[in-house]
Amino acid sequence: MSIFSLTVIASLLISSIRSATPLVLAALGGIFSERSGVVNIALEGIMLIGAFTAVMISYSSGSAWLGVLAAMAAGVAIAWLHGVVSIKYRADQVVSGTAINILAVGLTEFLLAKFFGQAGQTPNVTPATLPTWLPLHGFTQQVTAFAWIAAVLVVLTHVVLFHTPLGLRIRAVGEHPRAADTVGINVFHMRYLGVLLSGALAGLGGAALSVGLLNSFTDNMTAGRGFIALAAVIFGKWSPFGALAASLLFGFADALQTQAQIIGLKVPSEFLLMSPYILTMLALAGVVGRSTPPAASGTPYEKGER
Amino acid sequence: MSDRKAKRLFTGSIPLPTFEGFLVPILAVVAALLVGVLFILWVGKDPILAYKALWRVTFGSTRNTLETLVDTVPLIFTGLSVALAFRCGLFNIGGEGQYLVGSLAAAVAGYALPGLPAVVHIPLVLLAGFAAGGLWAALPGWLKARFGIHEVINTIMMNYISLYFVHWLVIAHLKDPTNLSQRTPKILESAVLPNLLQNTRFHLGFFVALLVALGVYFLLWRTIAGYEIRAVGLAPAAAEYGGISVARNIILAMVLSGGLAGLAGAVQVAGISLAYYDGAGFVGYGFNGIAVALLGRNHPAGVLVGALLFGALGRGGVRGMQAIADVPKSMIGVVQAAIIFFIAAEGLFRVLVPRLRQRRQASRGPGPAGGTGGEGAPHSGTATEGGAGR
Amino acid sequence: MAKVLEMVGITKVFPGVIANEDVHFDVEQGEIHALLGENGAGKTTLMNVLYGLYAPDGGELRWQGKPVHIGNPNVAIRLGIGMVHQHFMLVPPMTVAENIVLGAEPSKGGLLDMAAAKKRVRELSEQFGLKVDPEAKIQNISVGMQQRVEILKALYRGAGLLILDEPTAVLTPQEVTELIAIMRRLVEEGRSVIFITHKLKEVLRIADRVTVIRRGRVIDTLYTKDATEDGLAEKMVGRKVSLRVEKDEARVGDVILRVRDLTAANNRHLPALRGCSLEVRRGEIYGLAGVDGNGQSELIEVLTGLRPATGGEAMMNGKSLLGLNPRAIFARGVGHIPEDRQRRGLVLNFTVGENLILGSHHRQPFSVRGLLQGGAIDRRAEDMIQRYDIRTPGTKTLARSLSGGNQQKVIAAREMERDPDLLIAAQPTRGLDVGAIEFLHRRLVEARDRGKAVLLISLELDEILSLSDRIGVIYEGRVVAEVPGHEATEEQLGLWMSGGSTGRRGEAQG
Repeated sequence: MSIFSLTVIASLLISSIRSATPLVLAALGGIFSERSGVVNIALEGIMLIGAFTAVMISYSSGSAWLGVLAAMAAGVAIAWLHGVVSIKYRADQVVSGTAINILAVGLTEFLLAKFFGQAGQTPNVTPATLPTWLPLHGFTQQVTAFAWIAAVLVVLTHVVLFHTPLGLRIRAVGEHPRAADTVGINVFHMRYLGVLLSGALAGLGGAALSVGLLNSFTDNMTAGRGFIALAAVIFGKWSPFGALAASLLFGFADALQTQAQIIGLKVPSEFLLMSPYILTMLALAGVVGRSTPPAASGTPYEKGER
Repeated sequence: MSDRKAKRLFTGSIPLPTFEGFLVPILAVVAALLVGVLFILWVGKDPILAYKALWRVTFGSTRNTLETLVDTVPLIFTGLSVALAFRCGLFNIGGEGQYLVGSLAAAVAGYALPGLPAVVHIPLVLLAGFAAGGLWAALPGWLKARFGIHEVINTIMMNYISLYFVHWLVIAHLKDPTNLSQRTPKILESAVLPNLLQNTRFHLGFFVALLVALGVYFLLWRTIAGYEIRAVGLAPAAAEYGGISVARNIILAMVLSGGLAGLAGAVQVAGISLAYYDGAGFVGYGFNGIAVALLGRNHPAGVLVGALLFGALGRGGVRGMQAIADVPKSMIGVVQAAIIFFIAAEGLFRVLVPRLRQRRQASRGPGPAGGTGGEGAPHSGTATEGGAGR
Repeated sequence: MAKVLEMVGITKVFPGVIANEDVHFDVEQGEIHALLGENGAGKTTLMNVLYGLYAPDGGELRWQGKPVHIGNPNVAIRLGIGMVHQHFMLVPPMTVAENIVLGAEPSKGGLLDMAAAKKRVRELSEQFGLKVDPEAKIQNISVGMQQRVEILKALYRGAGLLILDEPTAVLTPQEVTELIAIMRRLVEEGRSVIFITHKLKEVLRIADRVTVIRRGRVIDTLYTKDATEDGLAEKMVGRKVSLRVEKDEARVGDVILRVRDLTAANNRHLPALRGCSLEVRRGEIYGLAGVDGNGQSELIEVLTGLRPATGGEAMMNGKSLLGLNPRAIFARGVGHIPEDRQRRGLVLNFTVGENLILGSHHRQPFSVRGLLQGGAIDRRAEDMIQRYDIRTPGTKTLARSLSGGNQQKVIAAREMERDPDLLIAAQPTRGLDVGAIEFLHRRLVEARDRGKAVLLISLELDEILSLSDRIGVIYEGRVVAEVPGHEATEEQLGLWMSGGSTGRRGEAQG
């Protein structure tokens, strides 16, 4: 089959968008968190918890969308933990994030055993879909409703961050918290906001994976997607559209990998799977456009310190 | 970092943590085990039974104790790995990947070099693991030293790169063709760390780990290299001013740290698995090494204790809680995460600990005043404890 | 006149230190009121209490006669108090306008209205004669403009009382004159200014009234027309101070350090040294005067191997220092008291003993074959603590817990004990109290009398004038003038420091 075949290209595109969707959502979360000055390597764990919660609640309630909302709420709850530990108690944000990632694996396995009485995988649930009368229904069915949600949220995040007073404040807190503090901005509130938003969005990203793409939950199903989302944040230079582009690129690599055989691609799939991580390292090193994080990202803020 | 904490951690030539230094980890463990109780109750099981089962399979008999020590070994290495990097101001979160490449390199050195006596072959295997892990960590170290790029992101990225890279190497090149499972050929007899006790897995690697812990202690506090690594970790600008090459020490510390994680893999291959098995996933020793280092206050002696605890939890979760008390083993993951949270958020205990101490002091009369400043102005950390919160 | 602000009996205690004790302080409408005191006297603490950053442990604040509680900066801002911090509180990657409106942003339909913000900034900028470019990013503008942005930030919020914390430290003499004009304009418009400083001359030049504070207590409040420099100095320090340093005639020997046409870039890769030349001889203190940011830091860093030179030469005893690392330069006989003692000079979380061997830690007797020798390290530390009068509980005490003066003594002890031919002392007394300053000055003069070459870099003209045998002025990366110490006047140096007519003596005598 030719690589230029229209159907192949179309299926590659759709598959790229499908892979990219959870990444974009979690990456937007990462942007909010990092822009406010809190490194969030817990995206992986939050996604996992979101993925599980979405399935659990849709299974028990019969409503996929209720599951999605619950996933966001669970993401917020777990992010709140990250916030308390790293903002209030000024713990190392990377340590706290690592703890959440370990917690998420254990907790979801535990809850899976407790509520479904089985190990490894949940039963299938009905996916979250949009009403059929909406335009582009066929396309939507293929890329899932979450692709649209992600697209809207990218624009929204951009507007909030760069065109509202709130966004200015969030960014100021991430760059120079003391300066923000002296003009009366509550650094802690802004950071909590950033972290909680990242929880909601990463939870949504997890839901996009479980009730969006796969219709069930499997142990550790995120399998590094949270870290790819983090990579997308960095590769996209902490901007929503940048993260979107990076996610699509990484999604494309994933699509190539899964369809390598159909296309007749000779590159081992492992190298395609590696590419997001390699590209991100290159971006950080300045080989692919310099990527500089917010100045205060990763540093706990202490009010009285001089 | 507050003065008090700093003082606890770095007391020059007597670097052992004080009683107070131990207090937070102990409280954290106790609190986390209590969280575990809640989870056990939640699934309707008996927490006392569960913890008894955990104890029985870990320290209940000599044999079980030895088996627990075996599970402790890789955690000692990864804990030391994280602790050493921390001492140089680096957060090596790449232990998982360094472990994988170290394991594979050790396995290859183990089967591909026939005709060597064990006294040569075993050290060579361990060295191969150390070197592979060290080289793998050298890149993020160099990127940090040369461009100032934070090692956390790069080591995370390299974890995944190693996962796929090692997987590819095994299935495409190094797979044992005579065997169905995805693994390398078995290592040669001359490469196996000798088993020290019949009917247990207890092998020489345990003593290698103890020796390496001692070595790390010696390196950090008794040598020029250690002085320089710690100086760079605490105050890079001052170290540079004092004629210490910051870049060199960052790379050195990352290589040593990665090497220790690689050594963890090598010891597991040479002592337990006797081949590299491709599991297409992380083993968890790297991440748990972070917890172990935190528990151990980044001190080799503390790391030994932390590793023992995590080794025991890991073993006890599967063989005790799940097998005997029917509590899902994943509960241990929750407890382990809780330990990290509680240590990380030690401020939580700071509310509690001073009260404990006050009570102690009250019974003994007033203790010495805290401040040491001569004509001093209030330099730092002024509002840490005070009420400038809001 | 109406009192805008009264601080009555303010007390603020930090663990182990009483920073403010029963402080009474008031400001009248339309006055410039100086708050004078040594470093660590409690000026900044008092202002942080006023601005709501610290909660006082006792006392009362009255704003326009009414008692107020200022729990956070928002309350202060709402009352009309503005503060320009010593270290500017500006977000570098954001624009001037964004920084000014941050926290009180104009918005339209929920969105940021940057057009309105820029317009308002331009209006204020014209009204008060504070020239800024609203669209420029903070990271690309000069320090002087950054300060104007800070003042605008306060005015944008309608500040009636402006606190300026050590505002002149970073400015050229010309910029200081401009700042004074701005302050005058502010008080003419009925606003009030609190001016925090430790410089006596500035108080007399700028302020209407002055409150002197020492060790957290108010010593006196008086009108500047009734004050003299000596009187203020005595109140500030608590005893008579001789501002002159006692020293004999210099016995100058050979050239130790010869710097020729040296060039180097700063951290932002812009030229910082542009052909700097100077010579320091055995037995003299060469004082390098200049406004902060004219290449002093880069010069020191090049000479000590911390920064590469891009051209020119630096010879010590006839051999080039360029391209050597700090360790090799130490070995050539250079001692260095760095300008940022807490960041560069000390590993704060190392013990006093460990700090006293920094840079010699790899040499005998402190280490042998790669191993540290605890006994030798301890003995050295005990010896130094005694000879340099370092007030510390012991050799195992962390450097962090020493006072600023004692920290500096640790550094001075370490560097002088190396017995270097050339001692580079950068801002050796910044932030110290008078006792420690006198101690260090004596040590520098002793080093010179023992035939060492001393290169003194200081932003304090008084320090340069009282210590130096020869004075060079650095401006925009070049030494633009040189005079013998006893011939120098503050006015002339000030002129050179701001790029006024050059007075290089080179050709005439050299």
